[in-house]
Amino acid sequence: MSDRFKPAAQILKDNNYDSAKLIPILQKVQDAYHFLPEDVMRYIANELNISPAKVFGVATFFAHFAITPKGKHIIRVCNGTACHVKGSAGIIDAVKKKLKLKDGQETTEDLLFTLECVSCLGACGLAPVMVVDDVVHGQVTPAKAEELLDEVIKAEAK
Amino acid sequence: MATKDIAKIAKDFNDAYKNIKHRIVICGGTGCIAGGSLDVYKAFQTEMEKRNLPCSVEVTKGCRENYLSLSGCRGFCAQGPLVSVGDIFYTKVKVADVPEIIEKTLLKGEVIDRLLYHNPANNQKSKTVADIPFYAKQQRILLADCGRINPEDINEYIAHGGYAQAKRIYLEMTPEQVCKEMIKSGLRGRGGGGFPTGKKWEFARIEPEGKKYVICNADEGDPGAFMDRSVMEGNPNAVLEGMMIAAHAIGADEGYIYVRMEYPLAIKRIRKAIEEAEALGILGENVFGSGKNFKINVMEGAGASVCGEETALIASVDGMPKVKPPFPAHSGLFGKPTVINNVETLATVAKIFEMGPENFAKIGPATSPGTKTFAVTGHIANTGLVEVPMGTTLRQVINDVAGGTTNSDGTVNPEAFKAAQIGGPSGGCLTKEHFDVPLDFDSLKSAGAMVGSGGLVVMNEKTCMVNVARFFLEFTKRESCGKCVPCREGTDQMLSLLTDICEGRGTMKTLETLEDLAKAVQKSSLCALGKTAPNPVLSTLKYFKDEYLAHVVEKRCPAGVCKALAKYEIDPAKCKGCGMCKRACPVQAITGAVGKPHVIDPKKCIKCGSCKSTCKFGAVKIGA
Repeated sequence: MSDRFKPAAQILKDNNYDSAKLIPILQKVQDAYHFLPEDVMRYIANELNISPAKVFGVATFFAHFAITPKGKHIIRVCNGTACHVKGSAGIIDAVKKKLKLKDGQETTEDLLFTLECVSCLGACGLAPVMVVDDVVHGQVTPAKAEELLDEVIKAEAK
Repeated sequence: MATKDIAKIAKDFNDAYKNIKHRIVICGGTGCIAGGSLDVYKAFQTEMEKRNLPCSVEVTKGCRENYLSLSGCRGFCAQGPLVSVGDIFYTKVKVADVPEIIEKTLLKGEVIDRLLYHNPANNQKSKTVADIPFYAKQQRILLADCGRINPEDINEYIAHGGYAQAKRIYLEMTPEQVCKEMIKSGLRGRGGGGFPTGKKWEFARIEPEGKKYVICNADEGDPGAFMDRSVMEGNPNAVLEGMMIAAHAIGADEGYIYVRMEYPLAIKRIRKAIEEAEALGILGENVFGSGKNFKINVMEGAGASVCGEETALIASVDGMPKVKPPFPAHSGLFGKPTVINNVETLATVAKIFEMGPENFAKIGPATSPGTKTFAVTGHIANTGLVEVPMGTTLRQVINDVAGGTTNSDGTVNPEAFKAAQIGGPSGGCLTKEHFDVPLDFDSLKSAGAMVGSGGLVVMNEKTCMVNVARFFLEFTKRESCGKCVPCREGTDQMLSLLTDICEGRGTMKTLETLEDLAKAVQKSSLCALGKTAPNPVLSTLKYFKDEYLAHVVEKRCPAGVCKALAKYEIDPAKCKGCGMCKRACPVQAITGAVGKPHVIDPKKCIKCGSCKSTCKFGAVKIGA
């Protein structure tokens, strides 16, 4: 077995090669590989004795799974109802503009950022909410969103 | 192993607690943590150490006179981070405030005026929680301990009477009695459906003996709702105790909690509570010496709203709903009889047995007894989580508890109220005329809305209702699993029609098609997600028809939200006649002589916004 599949092999072993645990397995695999590469999905299907289509189906059904590489920094802008009425669309526009993302594009060319618009983070009291690498920021304005991105860009330049 | 004696645990805790003179509670809910409450917690630790003040961070034998702990979500998220020192309640506390709090409040008992809650509605300040209208006008049964106890200390839950009901039920009551008592309480499922919980349990109980399951549905997928998150973060043991009681009632020995991955803190606290309960033998084999076993597993969802639908949750490996019947009570998880209850329902169970089902049934209207939590958000003075008796009116919740509607700049203006969206993407809109409708299952249903999970989003006049309907359709279209045609294609088409209306391509025919389609999807979809997806459309069409008409007939968005329908105008008072906008306009829609105010020809304007971004004097504005 090539080194490439070693992390996946360990995760499968930890889950007793139980195909009923496909979701938790894919979650761990995504943590290890940062996304779900096609060859790894095929490998998992083979080991669990299920069809690759089944694995691919689950991977594309759930919003949490990514089948294309994600950026180093994950920016999540909440577009739940509370955030929406409080102007999250303006924040999404500002982030897209700042990161030069085209419509439908989520990850920057340099793989530094991925922008995810999520349905609700349950922090509605702080609406609108933006999460930068798991740190939640509340009552964000388009200007503040740009500042937050600048901080990350600055830290990366060092 | 045998379960440890919970009466002794409670006594030991209470004895140790007597040493404590001052308790400092820092809110450790998701909202306050986002505001920096963990740093505030650390600052308290460092500052106390620096001053050599005796401080404990857990309640144990010989603990010291100051006790510092985190709590779960206190529901007053917009005012966070929240800190209480004894009864004194501080809002928006920063690390820099900590030395002063210790110096003045902890050591001298003085109140720091600037950190008290300031009510924007009447300009008054409140010293304690009881003084704040937001809390004073609620009836907190389920949330009573959220924010009061340390959610990561099972002993404190036990000292507050926790697990006493589970013990009594496991040792003294038959499953049949438990179901009867639940039916008597009248509790209806808090996840949205409103099905009587006792009956659900009874259906599973009468299934032949054998393997059965209890599932806690913590896949709170409705945008704008965070009741379940708060309960799991604030009082996770109450959820576990409810599951234990449900398990005894139906004869299950295993339970699953299905939590969405967007709630990492809730997952952490639930796992911690399970570990602690296992260590005390409350979960595991031979529970309370009853000879019964019960264990709980945690499953993390992967971000699909439809999984909150019970049959989809059961089939969560591929995440698609099934036709009912068979109902889960008959054939659920792994084909076995299964009871699925939502977090809030389960967390209420022990409270019902504590106060007696008859007393619970007396709260609120006879057909929907008990209290209900609502997540009140949007254009509202006090955003947060509120618990009120079922049947409380919308007026009471919005104006009395939550402090009233606000303008977009945050100032309170009850007159600005336009609508309240209740029940998320499955729900409907309530308008001014519904202000006195009691919030309960049946009254809301007749008003064309639903309690749903309890998300209540308040919208002011600057909200476009067509845009809101479109927003919800975007959500349901994305979340439709695709298994049944009416939902998969119907939501997609409804979204296209709404987009047409928002972008000025709508006609009267569009409105007609939209309504027909909405009704068809409502009737023919497989599961609740599809059946309820048209609700936001139908309810806005019903109550805000004039707004739809303005979009399709006059090509105008009265709230000025829909960009494509925006009317660009030049304010002659501000225009210097520099000609910048004229040069920027790609379609030559702007005319005017140099030095004189320019004008935009609305017939030629393509609403690209170039003039607005070019103007240095802010003279170009968007009119309705």
